[in-house]
Amino acid sequence: MSTKTNMVAPPEGVVGEGFFATKLNDVVGLARANSLWPLPFATSCCGIEFMATMASHYDLARFGSERVSFSPRQADMLMVMGTISKKMAPILRQVYEQMSEPRWVIAVGACASSGGVFDTYSVLQGIDKVIPVDVYVPGCPPRPEQIVDGVMRLQELVKTESTRRRNSPEYIELLASYNL
Amino acid sequence: MAIETAIIQEKIEQKFANKVSNFGMQKDVFSFEVTSDSIREVILFLKEEEDTNFHFLTDLCGVHYPDNMIDQQFCVVYHLHNWIENTRIRIKTYLNGAQPEIASISDIFLSSNWMERETYDFYGINFMGHPQLKRILNMDEMVSFPMRKEFPMEDNGRTDKDDRFFGRTANC
Amino acid sequence: MSELLLPPEHRYAKIINEKRNDDGSEYSILNLGPTHPATHGIFQNILLMDGERIVEAEPTIGYIHRAFEKIAENRPFYQITPLTDRMNYCSSPINNMGWWMTVEKLLDIEVPKRAQYLRVIVMELARIADHIICNSILGVDTGAYTGFLYVFQFREKIYEIYEEICGARLTTNMGRIGGFEREWSDEAFRKLDVFLEEFPVAWKEFENLFERNRIFIDRTVNVGPISAESAMAYGFTGPNLRAAGVDYDVRVAQPYSSYEDFEFIVPVGKSGDTYDRFCVRNAEVWESLSIIRQALAKLPEGPYHADVPEYYLPPKEDVYTTMESLIYHFKIVMGEVPIPVAEIYHPVEGGNGELGFYLVTDGSRTPYRLHFRRPCFIYYQAYPEMIKGSLLSDAIVILSSLNVIAGELDA
Repeated sequence: MSTKTNMVAPPEGVVGEGFFATKLNDVVGLARANSLWPLPFATSCCGIEFMATMASHYDLARFGSERVSFSPRQADMLMVMGTISKKMAPILRQVYEQMSEPRWVIAVGACASSGGVFDTYSVLQGIDKVIPVDVYVPGCPPRPEQIVDGVMRLQELVKTESTRRRNSPEYIELLASYNL
Repeated sequence: MAIETAIIQEKIEQKFANKVSNFGMQKDVFSFEVTSDSIREVILFLKEEEDTNFHFLTDLCGVHYPDNMIDQQFCVVYHLHNWIENTRIRIKTYLNGAQPEIASISDIFLSSNWMERETYDFYGINFMGHPQLKRILNMDEMVSFPMRKEFPMEDNGRTDKDDRFFGRTANC
Repeated sequence: MSELLLPPEHRYAKIINEKRNDDGSEYSILNLGPTHPATHGIFQNILLMDGERIVEAEPTIGYIHRAFEKIAENRPFYQITPLTDRMNYCSSPINNMGWWMTVEKLLDIEVPKRAQYLRVIVMELARIADHIICNSILGVDTGAYTGFLYVFQFREKIYEIYEEICGARLTTNMGRIGGFEREWSDEAFRKLDVFLEEFPVAWKEFENLFERNRIFIDRTVNVGPISAESAMAYGFTGPNLRAAGVDYDVRVAQPYSSYEDFEFIVPVGKSGDTYDRFCVRNAEVWESLSIIRQALAKLPEGPYHADVPEYYLPPKEDVYTTMESLIYHFKIVMGEVPIPVAEIYHPVEGGNGELGFYLVTDGSRTPYRLHFRRPCFIYYQAYPEMIKGSLLSDAIVILSSLNVIAGELDA
C-alpha cells in the first residue's frame, strides 16, 4: 500500500547550497493559505453541511483548518453559512469588525450569497450588503465537496495576495464603501 | 376512545348559550366559534370540566380576513387536545379589524405565552393581560405587522433583484 | 456599536443596582450571545448570574426569521415543500411527508399501501438522523468529541440513501401529492440493508461510551429536570415530554401513514432531566430501526403513488412524450386544479415532537393561511424556567439536550 500524500509545492525560487531564495510574498502567501483557521458562523441548514465537512468523511482539517476558532480575533476566515436575517446583520458586522487583518470571508450557500429562496422582508439579500466577501459558494445547501472547493479557491486567492494589499488605497476604499 | 361531539356541544351550549355558535366537524376536528369577550371562560371551562378535560393547548394562531365585515377581520384560532380521550377541538374567535384585542390565556396555559407574542408580532392583535407582549420573531423596531394581507412579502428596498423578472410589476 | 450593549434601563440593570448579597457581592449579567459555539443555532440568552449560578434568563429569538408563513401564502402546494425542508433541517423528510399528508387530507386522496410503508421507512430514517445529531452533539458539549465522529459517518450513509430516493442530501424536497416521484431503486434498498447491518453496531458502541460513563452521568443526571405537569403546561411534546414520563406520541395517538401496522414501544423516562432525554432518544433510535425492519419485511407490492392525475405531477418522460401528461403537468403548474375550501390540522411526530400543519384554503392555487405548529418554538419557552438555579455549564448541557433547531424555532 503506497501512501501518496500531496505535499504543498514550494514556491518558485532559486535553490542553492543551504539557501532558498524566493519572494517574501510567496512564502507568506503559502504559509497563510495552508493554515486558514475558520470562524464558522453557522446559522442554518448550511451549518449542518459544514458539520459534515468537518467530520471525518470530508475532513476540512487536512487543508489546514484543524482548529476552528469561535473567537474572531484568532480566526482568519469567516465562513458565513446560512441565512442572515436583518436582525442578525449588525451582529455579523460586529463579528467581522472584531476580526484582525488579514481576514477573508466565504459566503457559503445561496442564502448568504444573495438571500437564497427567501426573498422576504426579514432576510438580508446577501451578506455582501454589509461586509465584503471574497468567495461565494452557491448551493442550497452546497455539498461538502463544494464547500471544500470554496476553501481551495480561497487558498488560491490567499497564495497570490500581496502582503501590502491591506494597506493599499483600493482596499481602504473597499472598506470605506461598507462604512467599516 | 373519543368524546362524542354531541356531548361537548351540549355542555358548551348549556353553559354559554348565545356566546358560541357554528358547531361542526371540519374534516376530523370538531370546531366552533366564540365571541371574543368570553374566550377565557370557555377555555377555562373546557380545561377544567372533567367530562371535556382539554388540558393541552396544541396551537394558537391568527388569520387575517380583510374581505370580511369590519367586525370579523381577524380570527384567533385555538387548538386544544385531550390526550386521555384523544379528542381535538378547534375554537375560533373573530376580532374587530381596526382594533383587534382579546384576553390573554397565558395564565391558563403557560405554553400560550410565546404563541400570543408571535400572533401579536404578525398581526398586531393585542392580548390583554399578557405579561410581556412584545415582538418575538421580527425586529423590535418594526412598526408594521407583516402577516397582514396588505403587507408585501418582498422587501421593497432591495436593489439586486429586478421585479420585472419576477412578474411583480403593474404590467403582469 | 454601543447600541448592542445592554441599555441601562433593562430590568436586570435595575435588579443589580438594588440587590446585594449578604457578603457584598452583586449579581452580574452574562450575554450568552447569538453567536456562541455551544448553542446550536442563533438564539440569545441574557443571563442574570449570581457568581456561577443563574438567577434569571431572558431569551431572544428571531435571528433567523425567514417568514415561512408569509412565503407559503404566495406559493402553490408543490413549492411549499422546500420551505418545510428548511424548518427542522436535520430530519427534513418528516417535514416533507407531514406536508404531503396535510394536502392529501385536504384533497381526500388515499395513498396506496406501498407508498405509505416507504414513507414510514424514510421518516424513521430521518428520525434516526435527527437523534444522531442531538445525542452526539450533546456528547461534544460535555467534551466528548469521539462519539460525534463515530456516528456522523452513519449520517453520511443516510444521506446516500436519501440521494438514491430523491437526489438531495440534506434538504430533501421528497415526494409528491399521493406518494413518491419515482420507485425506489434497487441500490436504495441495498444501501438500506447495509445500513441496517452496520449501524446497530456503531450505535451500541456509542451508547457504551456514554451511558455508564462516570463523567457523563455527573454532567447530566439531575440537570434540568422538569416534571410531567410542568412539561404539559409548557406544551412539551416529543422526546422531551417522554423523558418527563408522559407517553404521548402522535404516531400512537393519531396514526398516520399506516403506523398502526407496526409494533413499537414508546420509551419513557422518569425525571425529565438531561440524562433521561439522552436515554429516551437512544431508545427511540432502536425503535426506529425495528420499525424500518418491520416495514421492509412487510413491504407490499403495488403503485408508489396514488392515481390522481389531477394533482400528481407526472414523470418527465411522460410529459415530453404523451399529450395527456403534458396537459396535466400544465394544469397543475398553472394552478387550474380544483382545490376545496377547508381548514385542516394535521400533526406528525417530528424529531422534536408534534409538528402540526394548520392549513386554510380558499380555493385558489396557494394556501390562504398556513401555520406551522413548531415544537421547538413552544418548548423553548420553558428554558428560562429550567435553568433557574443551575450552573452556567449546566445551562449549555440543558440547551443541547432539548434539541432546539434554529430553523424550526424561528421559521
